[in-house]
Amino acid sequence: MLQELYQEVILDHSKSPRNSGVIDEPSHQAEGFNPFCGDQVKVMLIVDEGLIQEIRFSGQGCAISQASASMMTQAVKGHTVAEARDIFKTFHKAVTEDDEPDIDVLNELASLCGVKAYPSRIKCATLAWHAMEEALENHA
Amino acid sequence: MSLPSSIRCQFPALQQEVNGRPLVYLDSAATSQKPQRVIDAVSNFYETSCANVNRGAYELGRRSTNLYEGARTLLQEFIGAEHSEEIIFTKGCTEAINLAANSWSAEYLEYEDVILVSEMEHHANIVPWQMAAERHGARVIPIPVTFDCEIDLDQFESLLREEPVKMVAVKHICNATGTINPIEQIATMAKEAGSAVMIDGAQGLAHQRVSVKDLPIDFYAMASHKAYGPMGIGALYGKREVLRELPPYQGGGDMIRAVSFEDTTYRKPPGRFEAGTQNPADAAGFAEALRFISEVGVEALHQHETEIRIAAEKMLQDAGADIVGSPKEKAGIISFVLPRIHPHDFSTFSDQLGAAIRTGHHCCMPLMSSLGLPGTARVSLAAYNSIEDLNVLIEAIESARRIFA
Repeated sequence: MLQELYQEVILDHSKSPRNSGVIDEPSHQAEGFNPFCGDQVKVMLIVDEGLIQEIRFSGQGCAISQASASMMTQAVKGHTVAEARDIFKTFHKAVTEDDEPDIDVLNELASLCGVKAYPSRIKCATLAWHAMEEALENHA
Repeated sequence: MSLPSSIRCQFPALQQEVNGRPLVYLDSAATSQKPQRVIDAVSNFYETSCANVNRGAYELGRRSTNLYEGARTLLQEFIGAEHSEEIIFTKGCTEAINLAANSWSAEYLEYEDVILVSEMEHHANIVPWQMAAERHGARVIPIPVTFDCEIDLDQFESLLREEPVKMVAVKHICNATGTINPIEQIATMAKEAGSAVMIDGAQGLAHQRVSVKDLPIDFYAMASHKAYGPMGIGALYGKREVLRELPPYQGGGDMIRAVSFEDTTYRKPPGRFEAGTQNPADAAGFAEALRFISEVGVEALHQHETEIRIAAEKMLQDAGADIVGSPKEKAGIISFVLPRIHPHDFSTFSDQLGAAIRTGHHCCMPLMSSLGLPGTARVSLAAYNSIEDLNVLIEAIESARRIFA
């Protein structure tokens, strides 16, 4: 059963996270923090004329939070801020509601839908996303 | 095992399945499960004796007050306090520390004074002192912890020598690592340097016997719910001569001698510190929990938990876990980390097998940063545990390793 939660693609992202590291001069950044487990993530972006040119994340956390951050950076890079927010909405719905996930929008991110069965882990999957949303709100 | 396995039968919450497996409860440092007699004591209060304490001059009022004051006397005897007025009931250990931090600081803390707290303190024994320090322009300085997870007594001595220390606040037993601190030695050193002493005894009651009248301390804070008692009640022990000098913590009914718009005066301790309606139902449950502990014996509990802990540490190490800290004196608490497996991921594996363990920073973020760890997985033991409980954890490690290795 836990094989469904920890799918191969999630383990791959958590072991070799994409876009991990720092951006020296980000136009937007924010930190996400889960006081329940101590996971923390910092999301940095370079947004130019409404387009996400660059996004990176740093921090530490469980496999779910690391994989979700990694997949998020791939999913939103090259998209507009408005599109990134829409992707988050779709993703949030997919990990909290029972409807079939929108695979066309989510691609690999759909692999994280397994957290629905483990309510205490949903926050792990959304941590980096909330940080990105806050970064985009605070400094846009 | 030194305790009979029949003890487990007294705990109704343990007679259930979780995720299709028998519940294995390994998180007693967060809160212990409650024996039926404690649950009964709480519900009996509501069924037979529900009235406000110290108010109604009628039978139920007398019963309620007797239960409440009886609990105070029992706790006094349990921790070896000289006077029952040295026991103040609070809503928990956190409020007990906040009470001391507020009232003691209001009377004694001055600009640039220093409060020493150890690096291994729970946030509840750090933040109230930081808040008090901010109000009075004082400073909170951490006492370093060694790699073995013991308070560094050499550095403590230097700090006492070099800084104008007014308060030393340390925990009795570390909830994150199980370290039993040498509180008598620490308190003696602090007193020789002219400092007051607060001991956070949150993990103490059910695991280590104390005799507060023999300790050179000002305060000892306690929680009922970590000692087989109900949630929602705790207590602060304060030496009589210390409490008598302190101003109230909260204002309200029952803590006053007389109220007028010209001059309000306060009751003597402990009443001065117990504003508003008190919690006799949980006090009755707390008292029943103390009776339970006394019947089993604190020493027998410690021995039982130590036997399991030592066996468990070996099993965990054989399964590839690294145990965090190796203090000389240790309670039934084991913190461990697993290579390549984040503690939070591991807790999902153990939960699937019906085992409740705690993962994360255990409200000890400064300790975790000093150890360079994001968090740990923690097993904490009580009367109802047995070595068989640990088999489930080893099974969880194997199952996690199949996915993460």
